[in-house]
Amino acid sequence: MTETLHRDLGLTDGEHELIVSILGRLPNITELAMFSVMWSEHCSYKSSRALLSTLPTEGEGVLVGPGEGAGVIEVAPGAAVAWKIESHNHPSFVEPHNGAATGVGGIVRDITSMGARPIALLDSLRFGSAGGTRTAYLASGVVGGISSYGNAIGVPTVGGECIFEPSYENNPLVNVACLGMVETEIMRGRADNPGDLVILYGSATGRDGIGGASVLASAELGPDSSDKRPSVQVGDPLTEKLVIEASLELVAKSIISGLQDLGAGGICCPASEMAAKSGTGIRIDLEAIHLREADMAPFEIMISESQERMLAVVSAERAPEVLEVCRTWELEARVVGEVTDSGLVEVVVSGEIAASVPAAALASEVPLLKRETGRPEWLDDLRAAPNGDDPHSDLGACLLALLASPGEASARWIWEQYDHMILLGTVVGPGGDAAVIRLPGSAAAVALSLDGPGRLCHLDPYEGARLAVAEAARNVACTGARPAAVTNCLNFGNPERPEVMWSFQEVVRGIADSCRALGLPVTGGNVSFYNETSGRAIHPTPVIGMLGALEDAGAAVGVAFRAEGDVIVLLGTTHPDDFGGGDYAAVVHGALGGTVPHLYLEHEQALHRLLAQAAADLLLSSAHDLSGGGLAVALAESALAGGLGFRLTEAEADMETHRWLFSESPSRALVSLPPENLDRLRTVAAALGVPITTLGEVGADTLDFGAFEVSLTQAAAAHASHPFGVAP
Amino acid sequence: MTVRAAVVVFPGTNCERDCALVLERLGAGVELLWHTESDLHGADIVVLPGGFAHGDYLRTGAIARFSPVMDAVTTHARSGGLVIGICNGFQVLCEAGLLPGALRKNRGLSFLCRWIEVRVCNYGTPFTGRAEQGQTLRLPINHFEGGYYCDDSTLAELQENGQVTLRYEDNPNGSLEDIAGITNAAGNVLGLMPHPERACEALLGSEDGVVLLASMIDSALQAA
Repeated sequence: MTETLHRDLGLTDGEHELIVSILGRLPNITELAMFSVMWSEHCSYKSSRALLSTLPTEGEGVLVGPGEGAGVIEVAPGAAVAWKIESHNHPSFVEPHNGAATGVGGIVRDITSMGARPIALLDSLRFGSAGGTRTAYLASGVVGGISSYGNAIGVPTVGGECIFEPSYENNPLVNVACLGMVETEIMRGRADNPGDLVILYGSATGRDGIGGASVLASAELGPDSSDKRPSVQVGDPLTEKLVIEASLELVAKSIISGLQDLGAGGICCPASEMAAKSGTGIRIDLEAIHLREADMAPFEIMISESQERMLAVVSAERAPEVLEVCRTWELEARVVGEVTDSGLVEVVVSGEIAASVPAAALASEVPLLKRETGRPEWLDDLRAAPNGDDPHSDLGACLLALLASPGEASARWIWEQYDHMILLGTVVGPGGDAAVIRLPGSAAAVALSLDGPGRLCHLDPYEGARLAVAEAARNVACTGARPAAVTNCLNFGNPERPEVMWSFQEVVRGIADSCRALGLPVTGGNVSFYNETSGRAIHPTPVIGMLGALEDAGAAVGVAFRAEGDVIVLLGTTHPDDFGGGDYAAVVHGALGGTVPHLYLEHEQALHRLLAQAAADLLLSSAHDLSGGGLAVALAESALAGGLGFRLTEAEADMETHRWLFSESPSRALVSLPPENLDRLRTVAAALGVPITTLGEVGADTLDFGAFEVSLTQAAAAHASHPFGVAP
Repeated sequence: MTVRAAVVVFPGTNCERDCALVLERLGAGVELLWHTESDLHGADIVVLPGGFAHGDYLRTGAIARFSPVMDAVTTHARSGGLVIGICNGFQVLCEAGLLPGALRKNRGLSFLCRWIEVRVCNYGTPFTGRAEQGQTLRLPINHFEGGYYCDDSTLAELQENGQVTLRYEDNPNGSLEDIAGITNAAGNVLGLMPHPERACEALLGSEDGVVLLASMIDSALQAA
């Protein structure tokens, strides 16, 4: 073995020295490969763990916090849901279809491993500018991959977001969130009892995905990225569907005592994590593992990231039942090892120990890194640059340009490729502020939303992260739900660069502060570093996955105007200068500079309470979050969704027209309601201290802003613009 | 009496639970039947639900037609028993030769999940008894291979015999003659691309699917 092999596997000289001292000898190649994946940034969180520990994780209803396959939250009496987001950014750049497909597969198995039936998927996607040379290829590949995998496994894809920005030109982001409903009991990744057997079931183990965690996810990509295609796993949704059913049956029948999926790091990951958590050991017999191809080396078998595989722990007496359940679902299942009291992960080949490593060393003893942080020197200049709040002579044209821009235009071309209705729970589907999913066998529902404002975090990572949490919470609040828990996917550049690490630290601080202020626990998530290609990093992009709880699915409110004559009301306060990092600035003036919108979390929380109360009292016909493009875009979207125009009769007198229509102040919502409900809304709003302004009324087929107007047909045509110019 | 429905589950079928839930709500007794079964356990109605039977590998429905359960389904159909194939189930019925024609890839060459309207063209089938003259139904489609196709003589037969049961109001997938659903010549086997089970509740967007599924249960009751 060469002395530098550890470097080729992504381990530093210091880490290698520590491994030698832990083992008291030089590691062999299998052991080195096991350390390389488990100590990779992707699996170990060595750069981020200290900062992540500052996030609030406890709160009302939290049954399982971070550290397991997914967080579990009780959202209604007796109704527990698992909620988590994961990234699959690098694989999706290298091979968009399978990269995205296996991203779906991975998070679905995480949820399943908790004993929860996956019932909803959401995707947060980022690509380079719509006109970029590879954008159409990447976007259509990613959407196709999500479609083919998610549809086949029978889990509805109910929402998400898709943004096109030059910052993601060579680093698309594919973040997938999944919600599951615990059917019988919460399962965990444990291996508590020495003597228990370890069973691997699902797909055969092959050479796909060797080193996915270390080679792909924990290093920058360069011009030769297509050479890394063998590191991307290939998905088989048919097997995944059977794995879901078999796993839930094993949990429902209380046959197994521990369950974990195989994802990044292959079988090495659950073996070491389950043993480490339980203070036991696991011995794996490699010859018992069913392989897809002959003559695989032990290290390849240990770290292969072949998909659709699960590792279950079961008592010796009940092991035959596991094999029987898997047989009925036509899945291959084999006893591949046993739980020991050695504290070691041992790998056996032909009766000989081929690797022997302390489980705890693999799972949790990676040296944490205190990465250097440094505020970027360019930041002050950027914040002093124009914020793009100049007026424009034709505001109607500005609105149409915004509606047609790739970031604001309808994503129907994407979500119509996703089955968003299966399982009969989709009360509010894609295209609104948040999806509303009724829980199986219950009148209660959850509201789900993903938000990741990269431009705002580029200008100000701390404030940008606070705004992301506020907007995600507001999205679910607009449906009438109570924001209840957060999962997050933190997408950043190379953490070895001080300015990236500084932005990461600021973002985590922003999430922690805002979640504490809003009383929201962070129940899990994922960090994706090294999102830079050829030295150029993406905007810091924390994607916040918000889970809201709604007692009565039938009380959910959508964004569409519903009836002529309804009163249109603005809730909250507009600040005239909240343009920095916004869509008006970007689309109308091509500007990205200045300071980000002002956020007051006490105003934000009061708004959420008002929306929940108004929904529960059935006062509202519609509610829509104000975000990109401000009031003007929100009005247009509510009109387009309902096929009804509106007429504004009142303007904010003390502001230029473009300011009150396009400013992106947070903590605001647009609602419509029957005129007879207005007094009651005023009373609730006054009690909560939320300013309300009546703007006009719903009706006719014109978007009449007073100062200018646009026909519903024109607006619809603009909104239907396809980012790649394809006819709808 | 209670009408008994067997909902067939192939590996990769994924709409079986939705179908079971809705049929039970409409008063039927439901049994999920794994594809290796060779007996229908006395079912009055066979449901081939949507999904991706055997992963849709090779060609939609191409492997499913060889599943052991299909012999029993064929016998049931040939002896006049009611069979409904929804989406992937329609594709399986075509592959199995219980319905004529085939389903091709959508005209737009992408998967489509959306609400559409279909017109009921034949009110005399066991699946349309509750439909009114001129009625359109709001139902979701959810498929990649939904464009119905057959040769000219088959099409002439379908039209002559009144086998075209449902037509799209606004053809979403390039289906021949806007065909969304057909029966066999005897009328006891229906294949359709839209998902009636997804449209049985106002909260989810439509209750029009009840027209088809409840008509089917009515017919099974009358036959008993």
